[in-house]
Amino acid sequence: MDNSTICAVSTAVGTGAISIVRCSGVDAIKIVNSIFKGKNLEKVDSHTISYGHIVSGEEVIDEVLVSVMRAPKTFTCEDVVEINVHGGITTTDRVLELLLNSGCRLAEPGEFTKRAFLNGRIDLTQAEGVEDIIEAESEKARKLAINQISGKLTPKIDGIRKELLALQAEIEVNIDFPEYEEAEEYTESTIRPKLEKISAELDDLVRNSSNGKMIKNGINIALIGKPNAGKSSILNGLLEENKAIVTNIPGTTRDVIEGKVILDGIVLNFIDTAGIRETDDVVEKIGVQKSLESAENADLRIYVLDNGEKLDNETLEFIKSLKDKKLVFVNKNDLDSSNNYGGIDNDILVYGNTVESDGLESLKNKIIELFKINELETSDYSFLSNARQISLVKQALASINGAVNNTYTGVPIDMYTIDIKDAYDLLGKVIGKTYDDDLLDELFSRFCLGK
Amino acid sequence: MNYDVIVVGGGHAGCEAAHATAVMGLKTLLISANKKNIADMPCNPSIGGTAKGIVVREIDALGGLMGKVADETHIQIKMLNNAKGPAVRSLRAQADKITYPRVMLEKLENTPNLTIMEAMVEDLIVNDSAVSGVILENGSTVNSKAVILTTGTYLNSKILVGDTFKYEGPHGERRSNNLSKKLADYGFEIQRLKTGTPQRIERSSVDFSKLSEECGDDCYWTFSFDNEPFYDKDKQEKCYIVYTNQNTHKIIRDNLSRSAMYGGYAEGIGPRYCPSIEDKVVRFADRERHQLFLEPESLYYDDLYLQGFSTSMPIDVQEEMVHSLVGLEHAVIKKYAYAIEYDAINPLQLNPSLETKVLKNLFTAGQINGTSGYEEAAGQGIIAGINAGLMLKGKKPLILKRNESYIGVLVDDLVTKGTKEPYRLLTSRAEFRLILRHDNADLRLRKYGYEAGLIDEERYNKLLIKENAINTLLEELKNVRVSKNTLPEALSYLRDSLSTGYSLYDLLKRPEVKIVDYLRGNLIKDYDKDVLEQAEFFVKYEGYINKEYQEANKLLKLEEKEIPTDIDYNKIKNLASEARQKLKLVRPLTLAQASRISGVNPVDISVLAVYLKKEYNK
Repeated sequence: MDNSTICAVSTAVGTGAISIVRCSGVDAIKIVNSIFKGKNLEKVDSHTISYGHIVSGEEVIDEVLVSVMRAPKTFTCEDVVEINVHGGITTTDRVLELLLNSGCRLAEPGEFTKRAFLNGRIDLTQAEGVEDIIEAESEKARKLAINQISGKLTPKIDGIRKELLALQAEIEVNIDFPEYEEAEEYTESTIRPKLEKISAELDDLVRNSSNGKMIKNGINIALIGKPNAGKSSILNGLLEENKAIVTNIPGTTRDVIEGKVILDGIVLNFIDTAGIRETDDVVEKIGVQKSLESAENADLRIYVLDNGEKLDNETLEFIKSLKDKKLVFVNKNDLDSSNNYGGIDNDILVYGNTVESDGLESLKNKIIELFKINELETSDYSFLSNARQISLVKQALASINGAVNNTYTGVPIDMYTIDIKDAYDLLGKVIGKTYDDDLLDELFSRFCLGK
Repeated sequence: MNYDVIVVGGGHAGCEAAHATAVMGLKTLLISANKKNIADMPCNPSIGGTAKGIVVREIDALGGLMGKVADETHIQIKMLNNAKGPAVRSLRAQADKITYPRVMLEKLENTPNLTIMEAMVEDLIVNDSAVSGVILENGSTVNSKAVILTTGTYLNSKILVGDTFKYEGPHGERRSNNLSKKLADYGFEIQRLKTGTPQRIERSSVDFSKLSEECGDDCYWTFSFDNEPFYDKDKQEKCYIVYTNQNTHKIIRDNLSRSAMYGGYAEGIGPRYCPSIEDKVVRFADRERHQLFLEPESLYYDDLYLQGFSTSMPIDVQEEMVHSLVGLEHAVIKKYAYAIEYDAINPLQLNPSLETKVLKNLFTAGQINGTSGYEEAAGQGIIAGINAGLMLKGKKPLILKRNESYIGVLVDDLVTKGTKEPYRLLTSRAEFRLILRHDNADLRLRKYGYEAGLIDEERYNKLLIKENAINTLLEELKNVRVSKNTLPEALSYLRDSLSTGYSLYDLLKRPEVKIVDYLRGNLIKDYDKDVLEQAEFFVKYEGYINKEYQEANKLLKLEEKEIPTDIDYNKIKNLASEARQKLKLVRPLTLAQASRISGVNPVDISVLAVYLKKEYNK
C-alpha cells in the first residue's frame, strides 16, 4: 500500500444539489488548503467545517463548505478532507481536476475502504458491509449493511470461536497432563453435546444467512406458464410500466427479462420466461430450455394458468413436478370456465385478472406470507450476507459435524481437535482474524470508486 | 589452546551440542565446572513425558544421545496417553539419577574429537561483535571458531528456601558470577527466571500400605530407533500416588507470608504449568485435594522425589506440610524443596539457527534461552551443535519447520514469540501434532541427521528400507481384495458385514479392523512391527492426515514468502505501532514467522504482504 493522498467524488454523479469530493492521506489538508481561499485549513481544529471558495489561481471555481478531519479518528484513519461542492458535473469535475493537479491521485475502486481496513479501522466483515451499502437496493439491505459496519456479525462469530477455543483447551489439558485427576477426563459423551451446541449455532447462522441473502439480493421469482397465459401482463401490472413485450401472438417473449419490485423493503426480481410448450422453432426451443433453467434456480415459481383454456393432465403434472416454493396464478378469472382446480393445493392458488390488474394484491400478500417478509422487521440483521462468508461458515459447520459423527465411530478424541481448529480458523477468516492471502486483492477490487 | 568449537556447560544441552560437533568432525572442547555434574538431573528423575518424549525421539532421529542413554538407564518406562489417539502418545521413563549421568559421560569420553575440561568460564573473547573463544576464571584464554553457551541455571543463581537464600547453583555448586553481566555489556537483554524442585523423602520412612502404586507398562519400549530394550519389564520400579488434604491446605494458607514467592522474597518469574503447591492451593481454593507422585530417583540410593509438592516455604513449614500427607506422617525429608532464580537471555535476540543476533559465532541452548526441562534443553543443544558445525563448514543452517518437528516448534516459538516464563513444550503448542508423532520421528528427521553427518550410512540405509517397506505394504493393501467367501478365520468377525468384495486398504478404515489380523490370516506378506504400525495409522486416519498436510502446505506457502533482511519497517506507514516495534525486534525471516509474532495482527500481515509485493515484487 502506498502513502499517496487520494481523492474521488463520493456522491453519485450528476444528481443532487451538492456533491462531496473526498481526499484522504498525509497531504490531504495541505493540498486542499492550497486551492482554498478562506481560513487556513492547516490551522483549524479537527472535525470542523469551514466556509470559503475553491480557487484556481485568481479564478473562483465555487463557493464551498470544507470539513477537516485529522487522523486517526476518521474513516480511513488518515487525514480526511471533504469538500461540499455546489452541484453540477462541470463544477465538481473542475474541483477534482484541481486536486489531481495539486498532488492528489485518483482513488482506485474501493481504495478508501481498503485504507480503512488496512489501518485497522474496520474489520473484514465491516469492509464488506461498506460495499453492500453502496450497492444496497432497498431499505432493508441498507440496514443489514449498516449493521455489518457497526460490527454486529463479528461479536456473534467471535462468541462461537471462543466456545471452540474453550473446548479445544479442555481437550488439550487432558492430553498434556494425562496422569493428573485435576484435569477432568474427556470422553466422547462429554464432548458430543458441546460440539452439537456449536453445530446448532453455526447451523442457525447458515439458515439465517438465507434471510441475509434475501435482504441483500432480493427474491428471484420465475413466472412460468403456457404462451399468452398472461405472464408478461402480471409482471407489467406489478412494475406498472411496459418493460416486457405484451402481444397476443403466442411465443413473443423469448428472452429472460428482469423486472424489480420492492415489496415491504425486499426486492423481488421477476424473471419473465418464454412460454413452455412443445415447439419445432429452434430459437423458441432455446427459450423454453432457458425458461426451465430459470425456474429451477429461482427462489419462487409462479405458474400462470389461463382460466379460459382447458386444464389438461399434462399441465397439472407439470405444476406438481415444480419444486417448492411455488404459486399458481389463475388468470382471466372473468372468463367462464369448466376447469376444476381441485388437483392443486388450495394454499398455493391465487385468482386474478391481469387486464383489470385484479388479484395482484393477493399475489403480493401470498409472497409476503411465503417468505415471512413481515417478520424480518423484528430481526437483528446480523446475518451473513455474502457468498464468501456463507461458504466459510458452511465449511466450518461441516468440520464440526464431521467431529460429531466421529464421536460415534471410535476415532480418538485428539483427532477431532483438527476439526475444531479447522472450524476456528475458517470462522477467523470470516471476520478477518485469520490471515487469508488471496482475499485482500479480490475483495478490494470489487469496491466501487469513491467510498 | 585452539578448538573449532567450545561448549560451556555440561548439562543436557551441552552434552548434545558437544557430541554433535565432535561427530561432525570438529575439534570440540566441553567445559564444565565439575565433571561429576555432567548430564546431572537436579530436578525430577524422569526423561520424556507428553510432547517431551517425542522430542527425545526427534533427538535420536537426528543422531543425538539422550534417548540411547535413557534406554540404558531407566528403572521404569510407560507410554502416556496410550488410550488416547496415536498422535499424542509419548514415552516417559524414570531415569536412574546415578547411572544416567555416568553412561552419558562414558559416551562423551568415547566420542572422537571431544575433550572435557573442568573450569569456570567468566567471559568471552569478542572482536568486532564476533566471538573467538572464552576467558576462564584464572584469566587464561581458550580460542575457538564458535562458542555454544549452555549454562543452565548457573548464571547468577540464587537458591531460596522460605525467607533464607544462598548465592549458589543446585547441589551447593558454585555459580557463575560474572558471565551474565558480561553478556549484558555485549548487548544481551537479561531476564530473571525462577524454577523450583520439591522435597526428597527417605524410602524407609514411607508407609506404602496407604498409597496406591503406579507401575511401568507391561510391554517393551525404547526411545532410540536403533536400540533393542535393555530391561526386564517385570522388574521395573514403582511410583506411588499421594494426595494433599484440607489440613495440608490449611498449613499452607496459614504460612503464606513465609513463602519466598508470596512473601515477596523472590523476583524471578516462575512457570505457570508447573506451579508450586502454594500456587495451586491459592488459585484453586475449592479443590479438596491435589495429586502428588512419589518417584524413585535411583537404584543406588533411597530418595523418593515428591513430584507436585514444589514449594518455597521455610523448612519448619515444609516438615509440617509433608507430615500432613497420608502415608508420609513419619516421613524423613532428605532434602528440602527450594526455588532457584537464575539469569537468562531474551530469546528474541536469537536467529532460528540459535546463533545470537548480538554476537557472531556465538550460539546458546537450554535454560539460558528461557526454557525449562531436560528434553527442551537437549533438543536445542543438538540444533545449536549442528548449526555451529554447519556454519564452520560453510553450509546453510538446519532450521526445522513447525510441521516437521516439536524441536522446530520449540525453536520457532522462542525466537518468534520470546518467553517471559520458563518455556515448556506442550502438545498443544504444536499445530500439526498428527504428523509430529513419536512413531514417525525417524521418517521426519533422520535425513537431516544424515546430511549433517550425525547419522552413518548403515543407519540411514535402514531408514530407506523402512520407507520402502511402508510404500510396498500400502500398495499391497490396495491390491489384495477379500469377499465374504475368501475371509480367513482371523477376520471372521467381518463375515456378516461384507456385502461385496473389498480391498484390504478400504477394510482397514473400519475402526474394528486391525492390520495384525491380515498378517494372521496370511493376507499380506510379513513386515516389521514398525512398518505395519505406520501403514495402519496412515490408512485409518488418512482423511485427517491429509487435512493436516493441506494446512501445513498452506503454511509452507507463507514460509516461502521471505522478508528481505534489509527491510525498513519504518517505511511501512500503515503498520500498527506495536506491530512495527515487534517486527523490528524479531526481524522475522518469512511472512509465516511474522504472522506468529504476538501483537502482529492479520491486518499488519496484510499491510506487510502488500508492501512486499509492491516494493520487492514477492
